[in-house]
Amino acid sequence: MSDPNASLAAAAPETVEKETYLGADLPPEAGKGGQSRSLWSDAWRELRSSKIFVISAVLIVLFLIMAFFPQVFTFGKDPYTCDLTKSRLPPSSEAWFGYDTNGCDVYTRTIYGAKASILVGVLTTVFCMLVGGFLGTIAGFFGGWTDAILSRITDIFFAIPLLLGGILVLTSFPSGDSTTLFQEVGKVVLALGILGWTAMTRIMRSSVIQVRNADFVVAARALGASNGRIMRKHVVPNSLAPLIVVATISLGGYIGAEATLSFLGLGLQPPVISWGTMINEAQKYIRVSPHMLFFPAIFLSVAVLSFIMLGDAVREALDPKLR
Amino acid sequence: MGRYTIRRLLQMIPVIIGTTFLIYAMVWALPGDPFAGKCGDRPCPPSYVAEMRAKFNLDDPLPVQYGKYLGNLVQGNFGESFSGRSVLDEITQAFPVTFQLAVLAIIFEIVIGIGAGVLAALRRGKFLDNLVLISTLIVISIPVFVIGYLMQYVFGLKLGWFPPTVGADPTVYELILPAFVLASLSLAYVARLMRGNLTENLRADYVRTATAKGLSRRRVIGRHAVRNSLIPVVTFIGADFGALLGGAIVTEGIFNIRGIGGLLYLSIRTREGATVVGVVTVLVLVFLLVNLLVDILYGAIDPRIRYE
Repeated sequence: MSDPNASLAAAAPETVEKETYLGADLPPEAGKGGQSRSLWSDAWRELRSSKIFVISAVLIVLFLIMAFFPQVFTFGKDPYTCDLTKSRLPPSSEAWFGYDTNGCDVYTRTIYGAKASILVGVLTTVFCMLVGGFLGTIAGFFGGWTDAILSRITDIFFAIPLLLGGILVLTSFPSGDSTTLFQEVGKVVLALGILGWTAMTRIMRSSVIQVRNADFVVAARALGASNGRIMRKHVVPNSLAPLIVVATISLGGYIGAEATLSFLGLGLQPPVISWGTMINEAQKYIRVSPHMLFFPAIFLSVAVLSFIMLGDAVREALDPKLR
Repeated sequence: MGRYTIRRLLQMIPVIIGTTFLIYAMVWALPGDPFAGKCGDRPCPPSYVAEMRAKFNLDDPLPVQYGKYLGNLVQGNFGESFSGRSVLDEITQAFPVTFQLAVLAIIFEIVIGIGAGVLAALRRGKFLDNLVLISTLIVISIPVFVIGYLMQYVFGLKLGWFPPTVGADPTVYELILPAFVLASLSLAYVARLMRGNLTENLRADYVRTATAKGLSRRRVIGRHAVRNSLIPVVTFIGADFGALLGGAIVTEGIFNIRGIGGLLYLSIRTREGATVVGVVTVLVLVFLLVNLLVDILYGAIDPRIRYE
C-alpha cells in the first residue's frame, strides 16, 4: 500500500503560503481566482464534485440515522418483541428480511444493530486518534530520546496482530450477565484500541517530522512562542491530514473487527444487538435459513465499504499530487 | 548481509521481551479475576485456581511473575488446556493442515492476484482496469466470515461443486474452497499493489529505453517492467505467508478444518481460555519471527537494497 504521508506532506506549504501572505498583509495571489484557498477549502471543493464521496457520504448519513434514530426505519416495531411461532420463517411481505430463531423480525433487528456496530467503530477510532495523535506529535516534535522510547513502545504494540490481541483481552474479560450496552461496547473498544493506536502514532509522527522544521515553525519560535503553542497552532493543524485519511479508512476496519470478534462469540454479547452478534447467532442455521445471516452481513459489508470509499475520496482530495 | 542479520536479531530481543510482557499483562495482570472464562461456562474449581496460582506464580511481585513466565516460554511450555494437554502438542498436531492450506492460498494469490494486477495495469483506465479496482474494493470491504459463508453456501451447498466442510484428514480438493476464501483479501491487495507498481514502472525511463532499442512489447513488459514491479509484491506475499501459517481463525472455523486457526476457534467456542492464551502466544511469536525472516530475505530478492 502506498504511504499517504509522503505525498500529503507536500500539501502543507499551501497553507503556509496563505499564512505568509496574510501576515505580510499582501493581497492574495491573483492567479488563484481572487481569493486565498487553504488546503481544507480546496479539499472540500474537490470532495463535493467526487461521485464516490457523495455516494459514501449519503450511505454513512443513513447508517448514522439508523444508529441514533432506529425508529425512523422500523415502523414502530420493537426488536425485542418476538413471537416464537414465527421462528425462522423466510422473508415475506410482512417481514422483509424474515424471522430469526426466536421469532424476532430480522429487519428490525438489523436496523437496531447499526447502533452498537457504529458506536464501536466511532469510539475506537476516536480513542486511537487521540492517543495516536498525541503520542505521534510528541515523538515527532521533540525527537531524540523521547522519540526513540515512544517508537520502541509503539513497535512492541504494533507487533501483535489486532485480532489476536483482541481475542486475548476479551478472553480474559468475559461478560457477566448484568453488563449494559455501554459496558459491552467499552470492553470491545478497549480490546481494539489497546493495539489500534500504533498505526495512527506512526502516521502522525512522520507527518509532524515533515512539518517540524518548516519556515513558519521557525518563525513562530523566533517570535517567542512556547512549544505547546507551536504544536497547537502550527504543527498539528498542518500535519493532521494523513491522520484523518487513515482514521476514516480504519473506522470501517474497526466495524469489521468488532463483527469478527462478535462472530467468534467474544465481542458484544446478546442481548446487545449488533450485526456481528446476529451473524454469530445465525451461523448455526446457515443450511436451513440463510436469510438470517445474509441480511445483517449485507448491512455490515455496505457500512465497511462506505467508510473505506469515504477514506479513499478524502485521500484523493487532500493529495495535491493527484489533482 | 551477515552484520545486518545479526543487528536485526539483536533488535528483535527487546521487541520479543516487550511483546511477551504485554501478552502476560493482558492475560494475568489486568485488574479483574484472572480465572474468569478459563474453565468453560462454570467458574474454575478452587483446586485448579490454587494450582494455576502456584504455576504462574501469581502471588509473587509482577517482575518475578513475568521472569518465571518467560522461563516457561523459553522451555517451550506455553501452558495446558483445562483437560491437561500441552498446548504445544496440540499446535504441532494441527500444523500440517494449516501449512497445506497456506500454500494453496499463496498459489491463488500469486496466480490470480498478480495476473489481475498486470492485466489492469496494461489496460489502465479501460473496462478491465475498473472491473479489477471495483471488485477488489468490494472484496476488501466484506469481512472474511461473510465471504466464507457466502462461498460455502453457493459452491458447497447450492451448487455442490466442493464439499462444504472438511474432514479430519483433508485432500487438496477439499481444501480448494477454504484456501480461496483465505486468499481473497490478500489477493485483492496483491492485485492493487501489482497494478500500482506496474503502472508506475511502465512510465519509467528504463522501459522507454528498452522500447527504443527495439525490444518487442512482450519482452519489454515481461522482462523489464513486470520483474521490477514484483519486488514489493513478493515482500507482501512473504509476510502474508507468515500470517497464514499462524492459521486463519475464521476460515478454518467456518470450514471445520482442524488446523491451528480451527484449534483457536474451537477453544474460544468452548471457552477454553487457557488454551486460547497459549495458542495466541505461540502465534504472535511465529508472526514476529516470520516477519524478521522476510525482512532479511528482502535483500536477497532485490540487490539494490543495501544494508548499511
